[in-house]
This record gives sequence, structure tokens and C-alpha cells, in this order.
Amino acid sequence: MTEIIIFILGIALLLYVLLGGADFGAGIIEIFTGKKGIDTISRAIAPVWEANHIWLILAIVIIFNGFPHVFAVLTTYLHIPLFIILIGIIFRGTAFTFRYYDTLNNDAPKYYTSLFRISSLLTPFFLGVTLGATILGKIPAEIKGTFYEVFMTPWVNIFTFSTGIFMTLLFGWLASVYLIGEAGDLKSRRTFAKTSRIFFVMLTISGLGVFLAAEISGLPLFEKFTHSWIAIGCVVVATLIIPFLWKNIQHRKSLRTRFLAGIQTACIITGWFAVQFPVMVSVSGGPHLTIMNSRAPESTMTLLVYALFAGILLIFPAFYFLFKVFKFRNIEKEKVIGN
Amino acid sequence: MDDFLAARLQMTVSFVFHIVFACIGMTMPWLMFVAELKWIKTGEKVFLDLARAWARGVAIFFAVGAVSGTVLSFELGLLWPKFMEHAGAIIGMPFSWEGTAFFLEAIALGIFLYGRNRVSRRIHLYSGLVVGIAGVVSGIFVIAANAWMNSPSGFDWVNGQAINIDPVKAMFNKAWFQQALHMTIAAFASTSFAVAGIHAFLRLRDRRNIFHEKAVNIAISFGTVAALLQPFSGDISAKNVARLQPVKLAAMESLFKTSKPASLVIGGIPDVEEQKADYAIHIPKLLSFLAHGDFNAEVEGLDKTSKGNWPPVVIVHFAFQIMVLMGMLMMGAGMLFLIFKFKWKENLDKRWWLRLLVWFTPVGFIAVEAGWIVTEVGRQPWIIYNIMKTKDAVTPMPGVQYPLYLITVIYILLTIAVFGLMRRQIKAIDTNPNYLKDHD
Repeated sequence: MTEIIIFILGIALLLYVLLGGADFGAGIIEIFTGKKGIDTISRAIAPVWEANHIWLILAIVIIFNGFPHVFAVLTTYLHIPLFIILIGIIFRGTAFTFRYYDTLNNDAPKYYTSLFRISSLLTPFFLGVTLGATILGKIPAEIKGTFYEVFMTPWVNIFTFSTGIFMTLLFGWLASVYLIGEAGDLKSRRTFAKTSRIFFVMLTISGLGVFLAAEISGLPLFEKFTHSWIAIGCVVVATLIIPFLWKNIQHRKSLRTRFLAGIQTACIITGWFAVQFPVMVSVSGGPHLTIMNSRAPESTMTLLVYALFAGILLIFPAFYFLFKVFKFRNIEKEKVIGN
Repeated sequence: MDDFLAARLQMTVSFVFHIVFACIGMTMPWLMFVAELKWIKTGEKVFLDLARAWARGVAIFFAVGAVSGTVLSFELGLLWPKFMEHAGAIIGMPFSWEGTAFFLEAIALGIFLYGRNRVSRRIHLYSGLVVGIAGVVSGIFVIAANAWMNSPSGFDWVNGQAINIDPVKAMFNKAWFQQALHMTIAAFASTSFAVAGIHAFLRLRDRRNIFHEKAVNIAISFGTVAALLQPFSGDISAKNVARLQPVKLAAMESLFKTSKPASLVIGGIPDVEEQKADYAIHIPKLLSFLAHGDFNAEVEGLDKTSKGNWPPVVIVHFAFQIMVLMGMLMMGAGMLFLIFKFKWKENLDKRWWLRLLVWFTPVGFIAVEAGWIVTEVGRQPWIIYNIMKTKDAVTPMPGVQYPLYLITVIYILLTIAVFGLMRRQIKAIDTNPNYLKDHD
């Protein structure tokens, strides 16, 4: 049961990064493309961002229902970054919606746009910081010491910042990849393809930066990778894809690029899970929180699995339909206008 | 500021803000659906315009409701980690079902709002219906979790740990049905009266405007049904609270001494030191009847509980009185509407009636906020009734007042922004008839 739940948690996180993450990424991309990108981005996100956002809620619910102790530890010691994420979520969602609907107000869109962009940058960064903090192992086993030691040290350091930057670039890159297929005219598609290449280079560099920062912070991340065959496999696949991806971005093949980008992201998340397994939160000065020692009792886990299966049966067809209506069509259209 | 107080205030601010959007999110899609249905049935374009206008409202309120709901789900852990550590395994299940319902709601809403020209008319209409159903269902699931805090069940509490957990029993706890019923009806009453009030206000400015006439009609019809049903669900609630949380009922009624029979206390100012309510109206035996269905039944007073475990009596008492008063007002307005509709129809066009409706705009939401104050403050000092104290669940992080200040400022700004945005939406409808074009 526990493995199934962890698997679904992984899927929820993957889908959140691929879909919800890209919606944040669109806000980041907007900073680079400026006014020109706004229309495409608004049109692309509006129908789907609410649904995409809920993958995060699903992940949160799985954690607090299935692993309540993990939830309590994270919300206690990572209170500050989680709170910043919340503020980002509030501003991103409302600023985006208000900008979309507030068509009569001439001044407001300016503020909405800045808020939308800032929060699109802030949220992924602190999401990355939070995830980095769960691996790093500076979360204390008990509350002892100064405010800084207990509530800041776990997440204020070069490693978590590197994962924050990595996450931000990942979201931005995914968005730029998707937007290639969303733009109507060739010129914007070129712009997005160019942005996508720039982000891809930065993402690769920051990925190496994460390993470097880990060594500096005393986390043997590289060594951990070499211990897991799955993790090694993920790195190999992700690396082998790079040339194909690059070529496809260059030729603005949006469908293939999306697919390859999805695989890349899946590799990153699977690799991360494989390195961590079975630890959910690394703790300093006490036993790590593993999926075994922090899971809810059997009765809860069983019912959670049933609920998730039933939920998936309802959600996946609906989600597929939503994307069929709004997203797959654009890709088909691309064949007419494209290249 | 004391950290514990700051945490409670932050929860209060977040909740007071969110519940308004939650109510609108449960009800507004139904109004929108009915307008859409009428457009399809009658072919009158005014209903299409109405459905589109309301759909814009739904989109805006839903976005705010979705993010403020996300805030609450995080805050359960950020502010009350000890609570979530124990409660997560027990009441996580309704949250996972709520997540599913919410998912479907968001998907269907995307299709309804942006898919008018992309899917068939029937699928478009059904997607509106799915939004309405999923919204109500997700509300009911969340309330199951809250009801569990009032009536914890489905586990054994041994040495500060929950064992023998039965999530199904926890979800269908004894308070769940009455709370879900009362809240769902309250959502419909409050939102419908608010919508009717706003459109009545606009109709006063432009009496021949058929758009606002139809809008008032649909909204007040929903509001009337809800307002007339609510007293029955209130009665179920009262009897339930009398049985499950006698202290809460005693605080609501300022019943300091256990009485047989007990009289109903209306209004008044509770004096906790002297243990009496000043300036109140007492109706003999009525509380016994309302609480237990027997005019001579004994009703447990606050004296049965040690003073340290009393909820803040004054707040709970006032909140309860306000809720009941607002409910009665809405019931009265609903009855008037029914009488006018079937007997003196011309009154529905009279200025005074429209003005009355305008005054009713905030009434339902005041009732909802007051009712939640009764539920939540009335449960204090417990976070899980008779199991865990709220102060034992609070986060150990010092300096909680800073997030409190921040969230308060953000929500105030958001409230102002939403008001401004809605005003401009309304202005756009009034000034530009072509405004309600499709989104894509």
C-alpha cells in the first residue's frame, strides 16, 4: 500500500511540475518576452491553470493523510519558505485572473502583471528550496537553539538555493517549450524557441551547480546517485535526450519537444525519488523520516489508496478531455501554420 | 503579541476571508447554470448575457477561493502542526475526496468558461452542472473534517496517541450531517441574497433593464428556498449541539446554570462574572423544547464544566444571536417574496422592495461568519473536542505575528481589489452591451 501511495505522490508531483510548474514558468518567460508574450500566455494558461494547480493540493493531501508526521515536521521547520510559497500562490492566481478579466481598468494591468511575474518567480524558487531542504538533512530532530538555528538553518544555505534556482529554471524552461506550440505566428514561435534554448543551457548549468553546491554543503549527492541504479539510469536517459531535444527545439517541433521535455522532467523526479528512497525527510541528530516510520496506520493507508484510485478514475478522463478541448487542438493547428 | 493568539487570529483572518468565496463558489455556478439552461430553453438572449456575466463572476471568485483555500490547507500544518500530526491520518480521507471533487470542479469550470465555442452546447451546459455539483460536494467533504473536530470519532485516544483509526467512522461523525446541511443551505442563502441585492441595486438605477430583472428573479428564488429551509436544518443543528457539545449550546444561550426546564434567552449581554445575561428576553421552557424536543427537559448549563474549559461566552452568545437574527430576516424576506410572487405580483417591481433587497446584500454573509464563529469559538479551548487543546497544537515557531500581519494586509488588499474589479465588471455590463462576448 505504502509503495502505491508513494508512486501516486510521485505522479502528482511530476504532473504538478509539468503542468502547474509550467504555468508559473509562463510568468517567468513573460519577463523575457515582455508585452508580446502576454496574449499567448494568457490564452494558454487561462482554461487550465486552476486544474493544474490542484496537483499540488493532491500532493499535500497525500502527505498529510498518509504521512502526517512528515507534514508536521515540514510545516514546523520549513514554516518560512512554505509561507512564502503560499503568498506566491495567492498573488500568482489572483493577479493572473484579475489581469485577464479587468479589461476596463487602464492602470491595474500594470500592477497585476508585475505581481504575476514576481510571484511566478518567487514560488518555484521557494518550492525548490523546500524540496532541497528535505534532502539536505539540516532539519533538526528537536527544537533546541536559537530561532535562526531551528527555523532558518534547515533551508538557508547554498544547496537549497541551488535547488531553488534549478526549480525556477525548470519551470521556465517547460513553459517556453510548451509556448512554442501555443503561439500563433512564426515570429513568436521563434522567440519562444530561442528563450527555450537559453533556459535549457541555464538549466543544465544549474543542474551541475546543484551537485557542486551539495558537495560544498557536505551532502554527498553525487555518491548517493552512484549507489542507485535507477538514479544512474535516469541521468543517462536525461543526458542522451539532450541532443534530440536541442534539435527539436531548434526546429520548433512542439509536440516532440513537449514529449522529450516531459521525459526529462520525469527522469529528474524519478532520480530524486530513487536517491532519497526510502527517506522522505533527512533529519540531523535523529532518525530520518522514512516512508516506513512516518506513515499512517494501515487502515488509513488502505482507504487512501482506494480514494486515490477512485479519484484517478474520475480525474484522468476529465483532465484528458480538458486538454483535448484546449491544448491538443493547438498542436494540430501547428501543422498548418507551422514551419 | 502572544504567539498563540497570533496563530488563532491568523486562522480567523484566513477563514473569515475564505468562507465568503467558498459560499460563492458553491452557489454561483448554480445560478449560472440556471441562466444557461433558461437560455437554451427559451432562446431569450438576456439569459445568455446573464450566464456569461455570472460566469465571469464565478471565474474571479473561484480563483480567489481556490488560492485562499490552498492557504488554509497549508495553515492547518503551519499553525497547528501537532493537530495535523494526529488528525492527518484520521480525517485526511475527506480531504482527499474533497481534492477529487475540487479537481473536477476546476476542470469543468475551465470548459464552461472558455469552451463555449469549442464543445457542443450540451457538453457545455453539463460542464456548468458539474461545476455546481462538484462545488457543493467538495464543500461537504471539507465540512466533514471540521465536524470531526467538534465530534471526534473513529479512533481511540490512548496516552496522547490515536490508535484503532477508522477513517470512515471519523468522516461520518455525528456532527457531519447537520453541519454539512446547515452550511450548504447557508451558502445558497447568503450568495443568492447578495446577488439579488446587487442586481436590485442596478435595477433601481435603470428600471426597464430586463437583464437585472431576470437576475433578481433567479437569485431571489434560490435565496427564498434556502432561507425557508434553513430553520429546519438549524433545529437539527441545535439538537445535535445540545447532545454533542452541551457547553457550546450553553455559551450560545448564556445558560450559566443547568435548568429544568430551561428558558430561551434572546439577545442580552452576558455577564460572565455574575453568571447572568442582562437585558435579555426570556421565553420559558422554549430552550428545553428546542434542544431536546421536550418542554420540561433538562438543559446542561456552563456550571457542569469547569470554568477553565469554557469557550469565550460573550463572543459565542453574540455571534449566535446575530446569526439567528440574520437568518430570521432572510426567512421573512423569502416569505414576502413568495406572497408577492403568488398574490401581489406588482410589488416585485416596486422601489421599496428592490431597496429592501439591496439592504439584504450582506445579511447572509454576516450570518455565515457569525455561524462559523459560533462553531469555532464555541469549541474552544479545544481544537479536537475533549481530546486536544488548541494551545497544545500551536506551532513552536516564535514570531507568528509577522505572518499574521502580512496575511491580514494581503487579504485586505485582495478584498479591495475584488470590490474594484466587480464594480468595473458591473459598469461594463451597464455601459457596453457588447461587452459580454466570449472569452475566446
